[in-house]
Amino acid sequence: MKYVVLICSDETTDTQPGTPENDTVMAEYGELVGEMVKAGVMIDGHRLRPTDTATTVRVERGKVVTTDGPFAETKEQIGGFFVLECRDLDEATAWAARIPTARNGSIEVRPVWE
Amino acid sequence: MGVTASADSAEVFRRESARAVATLIKASGDWDLAEDAVQEAFVVALDRWPVDGVPDNPGAWITTTARRKMLDRIRREAGRAGKERLAVAGARLVAPALDEHIATGREPSGGDDRLRLMFTCCHPTLSESAQVALTLRLLGGLTTTEIARAFLVPEATVAQRIVRAKRKIRDAHIPYRIPSATELGQRLDAVAAVLYLLFNEGYATASGTELVRVEMADEAIRLARLLAALLPDAECVALLALLLLQHARRAARVDEDGELVTLAAQDRTRWDKAAIAEATALLAALPSAPRGFYRVQADIAAAHATSISADDTDWPRVVELYDELVSLRPTSVVLLNRAVAVAEASGPLAGLAALRDAESGGDLADYHLFHAARAELLARAGRRDESVDAFRRALALTANDVERRHLERRLRAL
Repeated sequence: MKYVVLICSDETTDTQPGTPENDTVMAEYGELVGEMVKAGVMIDGHRLRPTDTATTVRVERGKVVTTDGPFAETKEQIGGFFVLECRDLDEATAWAARIPTARNGSIEVRPVWE
Repeated sequence: MGVTASADSAEVFRRESARAVATLIKASGDWDLAEDAVQEAFVVALDRWPVDGVPDNPGAWITTTARRKMLDRIRREAGRAGKERLAVAGARLVAPALDEHIATGREPSGGDDRLRLMFTCCHPTLSESAQVALTLRLLGGLTTTEIARAFLVPEATVAQRIVRAKRKIRDAHIPYRIPSATELGQRLDAVAAVLYLLFNEGYATASGTELVRVEMADEAIRLARLLAALLPDAECVALLALLLLQHARRAARVDEDGELVTLAAQDRTRWDKAAIAEATALLAALPSAPRGFYRVQADIAAAHATSISADDTDWPRVVELYDELVSLRPTSVVLLNRAVAVAEASGPLAGLAALRDAESGGDLADYHLFHAARAELLARAGRRDESVDAFRRALALTANDVERRHLERRLRAL
């Protein structure tokens, strides 16, 4: 069963690249990814650039409309994701709980429509 | 057939149907098919049992009948859309290994299907209201109408919660299994939370339909009994003991006028001695260690239940038990209850100091029982004005009429 694991947090308080705090968190992520690969659950995963680089695309009456920014203004934004192959939801939530951002943000676990 | 015979059959069916639901979900992997088939078996049972008598092993009868109904349906619908799903369920249902399984309700490995069903219905990834509805429907055998009546919500809401929960179980792959020993503590909390909700619903006297609500408490005890029998872990046994001890006080909790009676003022001769004896025997038979969250809570309830009066209670011992509980889970509510015990053991000033510890977590500000406890201790310490303020605060926060009238009486008595 494939799950998309969305990593959400308030990007204004996320650690910034180049700071020691960010290095620590990235090292934790690196370790976790290593374990996911070893366990054979890791299919894909990326950190996303902040939402000020986002573009939202809609087609309105046949016309493409692009707007600057994310599709919705929310308190937390998607900052990255994993795609994991897990036995069941218990296994997926156990991995989600080990994501460093789970401590200051939220992790949404969604099964893939297969 | 007589009305009584029919009602008896329905009651036996209700109590025994969980095993069939649990086994057929395990066998077919399909919650909807399993539940529908058990419903069809119910119709057959209502037709036959009042005439032929209830079978010796109703659980196995229901499972066998429901399995046949399920296979009939699969054959009937084999040509239609969605047949892959039916084919998978059907192939699993005809496996010969299932005969033994149906007769006993247990897998060769020894895992009991009802336990699996209980932990899945109470899976922490489902909403609490869905957990309650699923548990009552599939383990308790209650109809959606009965569940709706007990929780004062529209029947459509209950039906919707059940449908949505089953969809999530299927589509998100919530596993149908008994948690491992390492997960048990956390998963048991979810089961306990559901049992507690049923139990408290059984006690909430906020509005009419009192009979149904008392039945909910009985249902919680029945499920706790089942859990302790299927999984004789010390914490499961302790949870049963805890519910029995609280249930033992039910007759004394309200007076003839339906007004709340506090623990100290309750007529202890009206406590259910058989239930207390059963609970204390259960606790006495447990190994001395380890002692978990429910064990310590049950010990506290037992300390009250076995004292002939509030004055006679061994309050220093109760405080010790609360200290142990705090070391296991230092939540604000545990600290609040500890403060009340401290006041009994060492006086209102010590109690008020302990309340300040409880308050430091910051999440009691809107909890009416915190202000009610504080008001009582301030009154006892002779600080009348502060007590009045605290009672008013508690009154503003409670939504329960019985509790409101109790607080108003206390306030007038100041």
